[in-house]
This record gives sequence, structure tokens and C-alpha cells, in this order.
Amino acid sequence: MSDNISENIKLPTGEKLVLSSSPHVSASESVRKIMLKVIAALLPAAAAGIWLFGLRALAVILVTVVSCVAAETLWCRLAGKRIGSALGDLSAVVTGMILALNLPAAVPFYVPVIGAFLAIWLGKQVFGGLGHNPFNPAVVARVGLLIALPAAMTLWSPPRGMDKNYPQAEYFFGSAMMKKVAAGELDGITCATPLGLMTDTRKIVHTPNDRHLIAAARHNFDKVSSPELLKKYFWGVRSGCIGETCTPALLLGLVILLCFKLINWRVPLCFIGSAALFAGVIHWFFPGVTPPALFHLLTGGLLIGAIFMAKDMVTSPVTNWGCVIFGMGCGLITVVIRIWGNYPEGVSFAILLMNALVPLIDRLCTRAPFGEKERKKEQIS
Amino acid sequence: MSKVKSFSGGMHPEYDGKSLTNSCGIIEAPLLEKYLVPLMENAGKPPRLCVAKGDKIKKYQLIAEADGFVSAHLHAPTSGVVVQIREVPGPMGTPVTAVEIEADGYDHGEAPFAPWEEWHSKTPQELLGRIRDTGIVGMGGAAFPSHVKLSVPPDKKVDTLIVNGAECEPYLTADHRLMAEYPQKVVTGALIMGQILNVSRIFIGIEENKPDAIAALGNAAAGTAVQIQVLKVRYPQGAEKQLIYAVTGRRVPTGGLPFDAGCVVQNAGSAAAVSDGVLLGIPLVERVVTVSGEAVKNPGNFKLRIGTPVIEAVKLAGGVTEEPGKLILGGPMMGFAQRSFDVPVAKNTSGILLLPGRTALNFSSSPCIRCARCVEVCPMKLTPCLLCAAIEGNRLDLAQKGHVMDCLECGACAYVCPSRRPLVQQFRRAKNELRKKK
Repeated sequence: MSDNISENIKLPTGEKLVLSSSPHVSASESVRKIMLKVIAALLPAAAAGIWLFGLRALAVILVTVVSCVAAETLWCRLAGKRIGSALGDLSAVVTGMILALNLPAAVPFYVPVIGAFLAIWLGKQVFGGLGHNPFNPAVVARVGLLIALPAAMTLWSPPRGMDKNYPQAEYFFGSAMMKKVAAGELDGITCATPLGLMTDTRKIVHTPNDRHLIAAARHNFDKVSSPELLKKYFWGVRSGCIGETCTPALLLGLVILLCFKLINWRVPLCFIGSAALFAGVIHWFFPGVTPPALFHLLTGGLLIGAIFMAKDMVTSPVTNWGCVIFGMGCGLITVVIRIWGNYPEGVSFAILLMNALVPLIDRLCTRAPFGEKERKKEQIS
Repeated sequence: MSKVKSFSGGMHPEYDGKSLTNSCGIIEAPLLEKYLVPLMENAGKPPRLCVAKGDKIKKYQLIAEADGFVSAHLHAPTSGVVVQIREVPGPMGTPVTAVEIEADGYDHGEAPFAPWEEWHSKTPQELLGRIRDTGIVGMGGAAFPSHVKLSVPPDKKVDTLIVNGAECEPYLTADHRLMAEYPQKVVTGALIMGQILNVSRIFIGIEENKPDAIAALGNAAAGTAVQIQVLKVRYPQGAEKQLIYAVTGRRVPTGGLPFDAGCVVQNAGSAAAVSDGVLLGIPLVERVVTVSGEAVKNPGNFKLRIGTPVIEAVKLAGGVTEEPGKLILGGPMMGFAQRSFDVPVAKNTSGILLLPGRTALNFSSSPCIRCARCVEVCPMKLTPCLLCAAIEGNRLDLAQKGHVMDCLECGACAYVCPSRRPLVQQFRRAKNELRKKK
């Protein structure tokens, strides 16, 4: 090549060349983007919660998220970590949102503040931060709050549409409250959750061998699981935590998660499926002990747990079979706690227990590498 | 044409950079003043030098002789004088011995071997000997001598030859253009190798994103034993084991070779070189190289002689538009980053990529969030995130149990990792240490 051509060509110098191992390109996906998508998936449930439980719910969500971010910032300050990278991944915001959706709207504001520190400090940072925590931070906080502040955590307020005309209203509000409800003085009114009623009824049955009691229990179970009520439960018109009641919003969140490929569908499917199957079998054999399976699916935090809390990436298995086992374990333990445990709700405990088993599940569920079967066949022959 | 086939796992990069060069016809590079022919073989022994400083050499003259069975001859890319034997930066990161040839400008040399247009009448031994004589190696990446891959051990039965035209690496289009412009050479090379192996099942595996090459090969292969197998665009479709599975449905046993699945795989560039070696009698002294990347002014495909310094290739492509952050020989997924523009083109250099700093300089990695994307894409069905954790905890025993030795180092896991974990780097380290322990 003649020189006058090459003189016009801008040639590189090689001074700034970087040496590194392959691959030299990467996808644009980042932890921050993943968290943003999770936040997007949580928004329908949050919006539904605000619609149902009013601006108080919005306030609880804001306080929880801000507290989580504050807890993260404070920890990074104290521990000498870079604040930017810890906050930048937005995991504190996700934890805050999930925790908030698991609180009653009427909760006093100090509860989410304590919860935020439980989640971020005890649930995550003591283990070394995002990626190192064995338990889902939001679930750690919820369980911690439930045990430490049981009264504050069960301040259930009635959602929009739960008034004197609500089916079995007297049963949910109690006769003393019912007068206030009838008078329309809805401020400061509390009511029972369907699961709470179920547990109260179930405890009667624990006094054995009294046919009258068992018959009464069955009657009560029929009341709380009437088709009319199940319809109300489905649309979220039942007392409960901010984000757990509205089934369509949660399913929309599930669709968003699946579209963004953020969760392995096996976890929610096996969680919900095994819970339904197990609860259905129990109901079939002992109708006096528990209401039907559909009641279990539409009450408490089963759906929010199965969709948003169980398949937290960090704290669930990485292989497909691991996800199946994990999901089924969560479903079974949930139903066992609901039917035989002392707490009305078992989702959070189930998730925590299964979180603890994740390293074991991961170890047992490694896949055979491509061609491993063929190698073994060859060895035999 | 049969169904589009693939393997399970793998991924497709968000941006594959192929559009930069996939319509750029192959441009023959003009003769340079100087070549640095590297004495390297990535797999096997480097060849033994058989010229000395000051020797006058002819084009196609043998300048280094295969050292043992797993080694390949090296020939002079042009006529001229050996001015120096010296160490140069090598394409694999380690320095290599190179023969510096000053071209005399005549580019003179006759085909050193008899052209065998009637190759059908030659015995497999004769043809195999020709492949060895012409110094042909796997031109897709590993540079494994082709005659070795075509020598089937007596206890193995091979019934299938697959020519690898998948070219799944982003940015690279050298094989694509070769197959589109010289389909006859690829098909003839495949038929010759089929005769050596005495097999009737001959496939050319090619990804769907090269319709012009598929059509050209289809025409060239019409009426022959060669079948064109269209494959899904999926990285790493061109990895030997994944290609064999896609085409034949057979799995190579872990730790095994394609022979164990009754297959031999050869790169499309190598097939074309076989055709030239047999039909024209000329050894492998040049190859098609993609010069591309966002920092290159006029990306394209060039026919470069072995020993062309990278800087000359960059000149051919019009220089750069901005200061590059990374120089890569090969593709961006499995290629080698370079420190110098003096590194020469070798027989297995499929691409010369100049990536700008903004895409290449991303070193921030954060802890694994166990999103399992790596598990989903691993074509070997390993569990990269857990392997990496084991290696970082110095539990090489766990990594070995997790089959780290079966890792292809294809980089699919590291590509999709949202935390930018150095997964492949850790696996390489573990593999090296485990090999040393043996």
C-alpha cells in the first residue's frame, strides 16, 4: 500500500488497549434493571392496595420504602461500604415495597420503620449484602414483626366495599363493632380476616369428640367460604395486608414477572398447586377441620407469597427441579401451619423454612451435564 | 431442505454486529512489504523451523515442518527474504516465534503439489497426506491440525462428517462470505474429506441468518452427497458438541471426542482450504478475516495472508474512527484480547475486532444474585453460578464434581450475567489448577 494513502488513515496507538478474559461483550441487563422490572410488577398490587385501603396504605408503602432506603444508607455509612452501589441496585426499594404490601394498612408507623431495619440489617446486610442473604429480607422482617408486635400487626381495617351489607358482616366485625359499621362510623373500625376466623373456629375443634362443636365448625367454614364471599375475596374485598388481597392485581404482577423472565414459573405453580392439592385432600377427608382449597388460595398471603416472595432470586434454588421442590415445600408447609399451627397464616414461615433448605436443594438438584448419560452408558458397555 | 435444528440452552446476543460486515464481499489484500509468520499451533506442538535468517524463499515454500503427528506444516505466504526470526506478541496472549519475511514484490511461486482435479481416484491415504502436506488446521478457533481430526482411531466408527458453517460468534462473517462466494470450494472440500472418512452422510451446518450462503451452498451441493442443514441462530451453535447434537441428535459423551458420537467436524474455512490443497495443490497461506467493530472505519472481510500484522489489516479497513478500548483476535465471545497491533494473523484468526472503550471497558462486577440466567443458557447443562461460588471459596473439589472440566468456555453465562461476574475466567483458572493436580 502506498504511503500517501496510509497517511490519511487514522491509526490506533494501542496505548489504551485493555486486556481481559473473554467474553468481551455482555448483555445490557443489570441488577438495577432487574429490580426496576420487579418494582413494575409490584405496582398493580400496590395500586390495588391503595384503592382498597385508602391513602393510609399509600402512606405505609412510602414510609416502608423510605425507611428501607434509609436503613441501607445508614448501614453502608457505618460499615464503610460504597453507598452508591448499594442503593443503585434498588434492592432496598424492592424489599421495602414487598414488606409494605405485607403490612396491614392500619399499622402504626413505627412498625414499618422497625421492619425496614429488620429487613435491611438483619435480613440482608449482616450476611454481606445483596446476594449473600440466605433468607428473603422482607419475609424476615414480616416474621420478626409478627412475633414481636402481634397486636400492631393484626390491626385489620375493612377495605372499601366492606360495610354492613358485606356477606356475613356480623361474623367479620363482631356484634360490638357492627353497630358502628351500621352507623357508618367507619373510621377506626377493625375486623377479622377470613383466615383469622378460620383459625378461631378450628381451635374449637381441637377439643375433641364433641359432635356439636364439629358440626358448628363445619357450619362456620361453610359461612366463610360461601361462593358469594369467595367472589369478594377474589377481587380483594376482604381485610388483610395491603397488597395481598387483590387476586387480579397479583396475577397481573405474575404476568409481568413472567414476561420479563424474572421468575421460574415452576415456583409459583408448585407453591399454589401443592397448597391447593394438600388443602383439598385435607378438606375432603376432614371437612370439619378446614374450609375448601379455594378458600386457602383466595385468603391470606398465599398468592403474594407464591408470586413475589418465594421466588426471590437470591433465596431460591437455581435449577428447575430445585424450583419444583422448593415450591412444593412452601405450599405444603403453608397449609400445615394454617391447619395445625398456632398462627392463622403460614406463608412467611413456610418461605423462611424453605429458604434455609436452598443450599441443600441446590446441591441435590444439579443437572447431569450434556453428554454425561452417554459417558456412563459407554463405561458400562 | 429439512427442519431448522438447534440444541437446548444457549442464547442470542442482543446485538450481534453481523450487519456491519455480512454484506461486505471478500476483498483480496494487496501484497505487503513484510510478513510475520507465527510458528504457533494452539493445539499440538509448534512446527520446527526449516529456514534461517538471510534465506531467499519462494512463495508456498515450507518454512516450518510439522513436529510430530499433532502439528502442522507452515508455508511462506510470498516470495522474499527471511530477514529475522524473532519473538512477536502472539494471538493467544503469549509471545511466539515468528519468521519475518521481507517480500520481494514478485510474489513468485508455483503450486508445490500436483493439482488433483481427478481426486475421486485418489486413495484416502493419499488425500490425507495432501491435507497434512498443505498444513491445513481447524480455522474456526482451536487450529487443531485437520489431518489429525480426519485420522479416525481404529476402535472408533465414524459415519458422519459435519462441516461447521454455523459461525455463531457475533461480528464474524468471514465464513459467511466464504460460503456465499466460494460455495463450490466448501462443498468440494467436504466431499474430499467425506472420501477420506469413507462416509456418505455429509452435512454443512449453517445458521439461518446467512440466507445467501445457504442458497449458494444449496446450488453447489445439488446432486452431491452433501446436505445443507440449516440451524437456529443460537450461540454457541458452532461449538462442536452442540453442532453434532443439532445435526445428528447424538450427544458426545462428556470428556469424549466427536469420534465417540461417530462424527468428524471440520470448519468451513478448512474445507475450502482442503479443496485448494487438493485441486490446486497450494498450501494454506491465506484466509478470510473479518475486520470489524464499532471503532473500525470501513469494516469488511479481507483475504489476508498468514503473517499479516494486525495493523496492516486495520489500515485496509480504513483505520479507526475513535481510539479503540479493546483489540480482539477472534470473536467477542471467545476471542483473545490483544495488547499490541503488531500481532500477526494466524491460521485460526477469524476476526480482528476493535471495540470502542465504552463497550469494552466494563469491569464492575457485583455479587451473584442467583438469577439463574447462566443456568438457563449453559449449553453443557452445568450450573455456572454455583461452580463460580465453589471456585471462589477455593473448593475445587466441588467444582470438579460440578463438572467444571466440561465447560466449553463459550462465555454464554458471563454474557447474560446481570452482575457481570467473571465466570469464564474463574472456570479457566479452576480447569488449569485441576489439570496441574492430575
